Amino acid sequence: MKKKDLPQDKSALENFTREVHYVKNEDNKYDTALSEGWEVKKQALDNAWEDFNEKTEAARKAVAAGTKSPIFYFMEKSVMDVSILAAYSGQWKITVKKHFKPAVFKKLSEEKLNKYAEIFDITVDELKNFKG
Amino acid sequence: MKVENYKHVQTAHCENGVITSLLKHQGIDKITEPLAFGIGSGLFYIHIPFLKVQGGPGIAYRSMPGAVFSRTCSALKIDMKKKKFKDPKAGIKYLNDKIAQGIPVGCQVGVFHLDYFPKEYRFHFNAHNLIVYGIEGDEYLVSDPVMEDVTRLNSYQMERARFAKGVLAPKGHVYYPENVGEISDELMRKGIIKGIKRNAFDMLKIPTGIAGVNGIKFTAKKVRKLGLQGDLKAASLYLGQIIRMQEEIGTGGGGFRFLYAAFLEQAVAYVQDDRLLGISEKITKAGDMWRDAAVQMAGIYKGRLTEQKDFDAVADLMVSISEVEKDAFTSLRKLKLK
Repeated sequence: MKKKDLPQDKSALENFTREVHYVKNEDNKYDTALSEGWEVKKQALDNAWEDFNEKTEAARKAVAAGTKSPIFYFMEKSVMDVSILAAYSGQWKITVKKHFKPAVFKKLSEEKLNKYAEIFDITVDELKNFKG
Repeated sequence: MKVENYKHVQTAHCENGVITSLLKHQGIDKITEPLAFGIGSGLFYIHIPFLKVQGGPGIAYRSMPGAVFSRTCSALKIDMKKKKFKDPKAGIKYLNDKIAQGIPVGCQVGVFHLDYFPKEYRFHFNAHNLIVYGIEGDEYLVSDPVMEDVTRLNSYQMERARFAKGVLAPKGHVYYPENVGEISDELMRKGIIKGIKRNAFDMLKIPTGIAGVNGIKFTAKKVRKLGLQGDLKAASLYLGQIIRMQEEIGTGGGGFRFLYAAFLEQAVAYVQDDRLLGISEKITKAGDMWRDAAVQMAGIYKGRLTEQKDFDAVADLMVSISEVEKDAFTSLRKLKLK
């Protein structure tokens, strides 16, 4: 890629940073240059987030409908999946999945709830009282 | 408390950046980012089937996290002191002690907890690297190689980032160079040649069909099939993932191909062989083609080009990339550098 072709498209990087790229200068030698972003990548990232947001919204509805526990919702909201949450909570995946059931969730010990709240960076009350 | 004379260096990729900066701090200016990347045989391609990452394929354009680091240090005979911790308290104390001794320290961290990144970039990716060069009150002074400027994290954020969980969990991993001797041009030359040979092997000779140039063809096949499945949303996420892996913040763009081409260009000064320049051009071409592929894939996920022929076009381009890279690395092998 030539230095003059380096894209400078507005992206999520705005007000945070610019990225270093290796590009060819006028003498056909490699040089570094800063880029504000690239539309192609921005679109890919936006698509991924759209998908996450849809999943989070579906989780919220499931909690409101009483088919899933708040743990399921906050997992999605934290961009986690079952294996990541299992790793954070130090439990088996199957145990975590059980806690997605509202009936099981209601019987969870304060200790367990505390642990989850800490992982999701919320208070125990927020976790317990989330109604969707 | 702040390490005197520490200078922030911005690089395209975090791992190369941490090596480059820590060595610069030791007074070694020879190791640029491309040289670190090349000596560590950083260029790669692998498509791991069955591994799903955020709804997309598990693809990497570079070698395993940490590989560049350990290979480069071993080639240049640099002792790298490393430590991981079970107990976060011990990990925190260790880092604080090193800073108090005036040593800037490399840390492996999870990206999710780094709030100086835009939210859009913060996934649960645990193999990011940064340097801590000071402590002020409750805050750590942070030199993150992919950022333009230095930044800060409070002690709570730092603990969460260093002890993030899941795949490639950092476990508080810290490292810094010790007893750095003189790095002669001869040592550089040897390291560069070894790095090139290992990289050519990785790209050409690993069996299984999912690694190196064959891995790119494997992905091409999958892309061709995406069109036939008729699920545009799933296809978009899949293609988006291919692009994000090649263009994620701190990975340099063009799937690292430009970085490797820059390495070959800089290697000429040590290896004294101009043929490397011609091969550097080939790798640049591969990088440009990866960017073209990304533009075409974007056409699909924006919903502009959604016919089977559009998927085929992307797949054909990937097959061509595989050929170009095969040619480049075969040429590198044929140089028989000594």
